[in-house]
Amino acid sequence: MPAMTMVQAINNALREEMRRDDRVVVLGEDVGRNGGVFRCTEGLIDEFPERVFDTPLSEGGIIGTSIGMALYGLRPVPEIQFLDFIYSGFDQIVSEAAKMRYRSGGQFTVPMTIRTPYGGGIRGGHYHSQSSEAYFCHTAGLKVVTPSTPLEAKGLLTSSIRDPDPVMFLEPKKLYRAFREEVPEGEVTVPIGQAAVRRAGKDVTLIAYGSMAQVCQEAATKAAEKGVEAEVIDVRTLVPLDEPALLASVKKTGRVVIVNEAPRTGSYGGEISAILAEKAIEYLRGPIVRVSGFDTPFPYTLEDVYMPNADRVLAAIDRVMAF
Amino acid sequence: MVDALRVIQDDGSTDPRLDPKLPEADAVRMYRGMMLQRILDNRMLALQRQGRIGFYGPSLGQEAAIIGAAMAMSPDDWIVPQYREPGAALVRGMPLTELLCQLMGNARDPVHGRQMPCHYVYRKGNYLSISSPVGTQLPHAVGIGWAMKLRGDRAAALVFFGDGATSTSDFHAAMNFAGVFRTPTVFLCNNNQWAISVPVARQTASATLAEKAQAYGFDGVRVDGMDALAVYGATREAAEAARSGRGPTLVEALTYRLGPHSSSDDPSRYRDEAEVARWRARDPIARFRRYLEQAGWWDEAREARLEQEIGDEITRAVQETERIPPPPVESLFTDVYADVPARLREQQDALTASLRR
Ligand SMILES: Cc1ncc(C[n+]2csc(CCOP(=O)(O)OP(=O)(O)O)c2C)c(N)n1
Ligand SMILES: [Mg+2]
Repeated sequence: MPAMTMVQAINNALREEMRRDDRVVVLGEDVGRNGGVFRCTEGLIDEFPERVFDTPLSEGGIIGTSIGMALYGLRPVPEIQFLDFIYSGFDQIVSEAAKMRYRSGGQFTVPMTIRTPYGGGIRGGHYHSQSSEAYFCHTAGLKVVTPSTPLEAKGLLTSSIRDPDPVMFLEPKKLYRAFREEVPEGEVTVPIGQAAVRRAGKDVTLIAYGSMAQVCQEAATKAAEKGVEAEVIDVRTLVPLDEPALLASVKKTGRVVIVNEAPRTGSYGGEISAILAEKAIEYLRGPIVRVSGFDTPFPYTLEDVYMPNADRVLAAIDRVMAF
Repeated sequence: MVDALRVIQDDGSTDPRLDPKLPEADAVRMYRGMMLQRILDNRMLALQRQGRIGFYGPSLGQEAAIIGAAMAMSPDDWIVPQYREPGAALVRGMPLTELLCQLMGNARDPVHGRQMPCHYVYRKGNYLSISSPVGTQLPHAVGIGWAMKLRGDRAAALVFFGDGATSTSDFHAAMNFAGVFRTPTVFLCNNNQWAISVPVARQTASATLAEKAQAYGFDGVRVDGMDALAVYGATREAAEAARSGRGPTLVEALTYRLGPHSSSDDPSRYRDEAEVARWRARDPIARFRRYLEQAGWWDEAREARLEQEIGDEITRAVQETERIPPPPVESLFTDVYADVPARLREQQDALTASLRR
């Protein structure tokens, strides 16, 4: 089994789905000859010259035409070069892709997977670092998926491409090349809507996704040195959310720290917090504590200060444990 | 290429009907501006490779199209950049050290290390702040021009953008508003043939970008973007038309991105070295130097002196700016709003306390 980075695993998933299903089409800026600025589509144009397209520089155009292709029965997988550049296509996502099934009474659907890198960790400043998943989670009709390991990137992307509804597939770019993992060739799927327990523990539940799932595992290791057994849950699918997995863990530990790198106000961690408060308050032995980015734009030089790290998660663990 | 306006011939002589007849001092200043941008680019790419700055996007090959256009504007005019025009900021008087502080993202960076390198701003020179999303600046330039018109000010806004930017919806919106409201806007498209790895033929099926102006109800001109006098002349004329109430103009400068898109890019993956060599032979700086020499304003000695002077200036600025520490943590929280709201203050206090621990 080859050891792959997340970039390679994504490439592998795209290639295998394109081989399996000739309705799968890849389009975006620099995805052809250049193989994508992060190389996720490397070599695809050589194998599928009729199904990989470098497009004009227009996110609205990329997403809008992808919707059209999906309406006609194809399975477009548009790439948006950075999530930060998606906004000229936002109207197409929110008003069109997300509502097509509902507004047509199920007569028309949009099986499209928008792949896009998001989040900090590459010294990208405001416009190459943002973690704006909450906008999409807020929009009914979209699924929102974010992997944190190469294997699961392959499995979740494959499931997303096969999904009958539009999926925002958010790739934590900090993890693109952070580590390798054994990823089997051939079919790998990970179901949409299932969280993963990364580490079992009885004292406190750490809930995260994307690059913060890794940060939480680091924090859990450090907490264990101090005798605190943290359970780490990687949500993996933000919408639909695996509530049973979160509730089961919280009922066991009675303590929760939720970590996301997005700015605090209106972030998806707030939604998770509300669900736990509504459905598990009688099990909680302390306040639900959130660790997040700040309510500021994403900075360049002080990126490391901005992004939540294991120490900030540990401080939050201390707080709930001391309660 | 045939239909593009050209002033300086290969041998350095000028077309007498089109020569803007620059006085010597201005011509030398134009050359200096181009040389400064060229030498700065090479030095910054080297610094980037050494890890001393995080990122850089050079303008190699586009010096004439940037400096020529910037110099055609008056101080009251505004310049609205894309991101590849540090040379225009320097023309507007931005001190080199300030520009370098931006590249380093340090405590004296005017934007406090908040933005990636190459996102300059220089209010004193009416040079607008830069955002990464391509094309978003275009409607701003139309709004600025519109406001100038509403206020009765005799001024114009020059907006720089690339061939890639012409595919954005903001380009359409900006061109359309400019046409409808006849705003004093000069659209300066640096058609450098590439948008990262995507060639201009993938941006449009139009034969030229200039002809798009017609559909919006105003004039478009195509100029040789490797010819600083051609760019200067066309931009000056467009700016004059704008200021005197005759509305917007689109100037398409045919040029070439001789270097990588940015320090993160490897153009050998997608373009042919022979194509680059063909364009390199038309280097705008070499051509302008021949023009200066023909006019009797330039020689080997002056060239050597200029190179030395610019090199030293950059070296001093680098030494000075590299000593400056990173911005303080408070700088994360200021300028989000005019005042720091209570909730944000609370986040700042928590961070400060945790950093002290
Ligand atoms: C809306 C948006 N999409 C994608 C990008 C990524 N990107 C940065 S520069 C660039 C190409 C721009 O080409 P062009 O407008 O021709 O300007 P040039 O870089 O050639 O000067 C792309 C695709 C971006 N910055 N903004
Ligand atoms: Mg270009």
